[in-house]
Formats: sequence, structure tokens, C-alpha cells
Amino acid sequence: MSGRKRGSVAVVGAAESDLGQVAADVSPTDLMAQATRRALDDCGLKLSDVDGVLAAHTQSRMAVLQLCEYLRIKPKYFDSTQIGGSSFMSHLAHAMTAIEQGVCGVAVIAYGSTQRTVSRAAASPREFNPYESVYRPFLPASAYALAASRHMHQYGTTREQLAEVAVAARKWALMNPAAWEKEPLTIEQALNARMVSHPFTVRDCCLVTDGGGAIIVTSAARAKSLKKKPVYVLGVGEAIGHATISNMPDLTLTAAAESGPKAFGMAGIRPADVDMVSLYDAFTINPILFLEDLGFCPKGEGGRFVSNGAIAPGGRLAVNTSGGGLSYCHPGMYGLLVMIEAVRQVRGECGARQVKDCEISLAHGNGGVLSSQCTVLFGSEAAL
Amino acid sequence: MQDLKRQSPFGIYAEHCRKGELAYQVTEDGKPLFFPRVVAPGTAGGKLEWRISKGLGTVYATTAVYTKDKPPYNVALIDLDEGFRMMSRVEDVDALRVKIGMRVKVRMHPGDDKQPPYPVFSPAEGK
Repeated sequence: MSGRKRGSVAVVGAAESDLGQVAADVSPTDLMAQATRRALDDCGLKLSDVDGVLAAHTQSRMAVLQLCEYLRIKPKYFDSTQIGGSSFMSHLAHAMTAIEQGVCGVAVIAYGSTQRTVSRAAASPREFNPYESVYRPFLPASAYALAASRHMHQYGTTREQLAEVAVAARKWALMNPAAWEKEPLTIEQALNARMVSHPFTVRDCCLVTDGGGAIIVTSAARAKSLKKKPVYVLGVGEAIGHATISNMPDLTLTAAAESGPKAFGMAGIRPADVDMVSLYDAFTINPILFLEDLGFCPKGEGGRFVSNGAIAPGGRLAVNTSGGGLSYCHPGMYGLLVMIEAVRQVRGECGARQVKDCEISLAHGNGGVLSSQCTVLFGSEAAL
Repeated sequence: MQDLKRQSPFGIYAEHCRKGELAYQVTEDGKPLFFPRVVAPGTAGGKLEWRISKGLGTVYATTAVYTKDKPPYNVALIDLDEGFRMMSRVEDVDALRVKIGMRVKVRMHPGDDKQPPYPVFSPAEGK
């Protein structure tokens, strides 16, 4: 296996940057730096303690250089792995190795985006592919819509079940003061919203917002002496599949079926042990696919699993309590915010939306067009 | 191996499209391959051979893309009978009436000044 040891490192600081819509000319690095400052304040460490920097975003090819220049850090360890929205789970796995090996002691993982302010087209220009671009798929939405069409065909998943995911996210978002969406949403409204790429309406698609975040990671030993109670990394799993949707072998089976078992294997726990789940919901089909591939329900049952408010507040499984990319915040590579919510739930910091006795949470990142899948399991001291 | 200073894999593919042919490759162990490459992936190794598809296939996945003021257009993944998959568009039928499992046949879209001819599909009942 990876050689990484369950519980060897902990997330000690976690913070969002300003979210939603930021002022003109704010840069992604402004947001990364702001979140880093807040995450350091969250744990009581200083900028001078940071000797590992991991960062990625879509508005610069060299996010680590930008952040280190801005904060004047000369890191012993750095990593700009860019596999889309799951990059930050991957960064956490890499930081874990670096800290275990003594390459660095305190790592920051940071992200920032101003895609709402500068437009999505400017923030994430589409890469040209002569075998796909000519057909004008509306990417990434159309790729996920193709996967949804296949899931509906193979397993009888319905548009109403997709809408359930959007409605559950909205109900959680209304309990999160930081969420972008402030109004209730019904199944009917989701179904009748503007169609984007069939079967998806605009309510099946994630938000387009600005935003960023940062987490601070250090060894379990050092974590104990800091301000907040440590949130230990119990397991990590990284997997990549394809780059383009035309090359995904089975559109109903993602590489989460590899990353999940890796993370669970390392943590020595099962899905039934998880108290709260944070899944990258770029589109409503995502949580359905990931609940299946991560082992929370059998393959093909995801649509039925989410029905009747099962993942909404008061349901059988707490999924995306922040409101998710669908209703809370989606700056383009949402994976870092996926982890921040999972960390806060284990800390018990989530106020009205806090999951009772949350000792173990799962954060799952997705990148590209269902391309990269990375899973992290977090646990409290009691879960160690 | 193909000389990349002379022609790209896509260049050969596009040349076939101009002749009305949907070209794909097979690996030395006989497996169909798409998109065209300059080296064989995975463990196959060895040479890649170009072949021409009969152009018959089945819709594997489908969506309809909505834009302002225009009817939605289809984007689909097509499984060709030879065993490779490609993205394309099913035409001559309402975008929302394109169904998974539908049999389709290739034809070349003529393209324009900027876009060389490219394969699209139309329904092929009974084939």
C-alpha cells in the first residue's frame, strides 16, 4: 500500500475565504492568502511555522509559486497537483506522506477562484479536443448528463430522484449562514427549471461562485498542542480514470470504487461507521454515483437511496450538510470546501446543521468529467 | 512508427473523413482503438493498424444541449459495431428522441472553411 499510517497527521486549521461574489480585481491568490491566514488563526500557528505549501486552481498554472510569493514562504515541500476538483484530497494524501517522512512539518493546502467575477469561460477555458469539441458538448455539464442518461437507462433512476439531491442540498444550505442560496427549493421547481443539458436543469448543476479555502495539516503529535481539537486523517485513497468522457469505460461506475476501498482499508472501518458524508456534488448525479461506488448502497440503488428526503436534514444519512456545490458554494474546484465541512462536522462546529455525535466523516472529491476520484476519512480522537 | 514531423494521428483520421470514411485503429492483439494514437496504450505494444468502420453503431449515452433561442442539439456516445466508442451527434431526429440502444449509421458532415468534414450519425432502424 501507500505506506501511510492511519491517524499519523491531523487537520488542525480550516477556513473558507470570502465566498460568493468578491469585489472586482480580487485575485485567486488574494483568496488563497486570506483563507490561509484564517486557517492559521483557527489553529494558532504562524505563517513562519508553515514549511509545506500545496495549492491548485484554474486561473494560474503555477498556484504554488503565486501563493509562496504572496506570503513570502520558502517551503521545504510543495505540490501543485492538478487533477481538477479532487486535487486537494490528493494534496492531503501527499502532505501526509511528506509529514510522515519528515520532509515538512506544517503544510497548508489552499485554493482560490474568482470565476463568478471574471466569468467561467475566463476562469476555466475549455481545452480543445478534435474528437469531442466539434460536437459542442456543454462541458462539464453534458459529460455528467451523459452519465445520468446511462444511469437512468440501466437502473431506472428518475429525474425526480436527481431533483431529490438538489432539494436536500438546498435544505441543508438554509441551515448554513455562509451558503449562497437563501430560498427554499421544491422537487417541482427543480424539475421545471431551465433545461441545460438533458436530463439536467439548472438546479441539477452546481453554482458558479467565487471562493476559496485553506486547511492546515501537521503531525498527530504536534496537533495535540494546538487550539482546536485535532481532526485525524484516518484514511486516504486516490484514483484516476479517464480524461475525457468518451473514454470512460462504464459511465455508471466511477473510480470512487477504487479510491473509497483504499481509504476505508487504510482506516480499517466500513461505510456504516461513517457519521457524515461530504461528496463533491458538481451535478445531482454525482452523490448518487458516489454513494454507490463508496459502498453506502448497492450499485444502481443510488436514486432510490436518496428518495424521500433520505439525505436531507433528518434523513437516514447526513450528506453535504454545507448545502454542497449545488446550494452553498462552487468556485470551480470545490474539493477543498468539501473537506472543510467534513472537518467542521467532526469538530462539532456546524451549529444548526451539526450532525449529532459526529466522530467520523468522509470527504470525497471528484475532478474533471468524473475523471479523478479521491476519498478522505476524518476522525475525532475517539475514532482513533 | 508514424512520423509526427509529417502527419498527426488526427490528420490521418481527418483525411479519411474527407473521403467519407470513419477510420479507427486496431492494436497488434486485435483490439479496436479510438481515439487514434501514435503509440499503442497499455500492454498491447507493437504496431497500430488503421481500419475503416462499417459505420453502424448503437447509442450508448445521450444528452440534448440547450442554448438560447435555438432548438436543443444532440450529443451522444456511440458504440460502433467494431467495438470502439466515440462522441458524436445523432441528426435527422429531434434531439430528445435519441434513445440509448438506438441503432445508428454514420455519415460525414461536410464541415466548412474552418472545420474539416466530421462524422455524425442518423437513425438506422432494422440494421
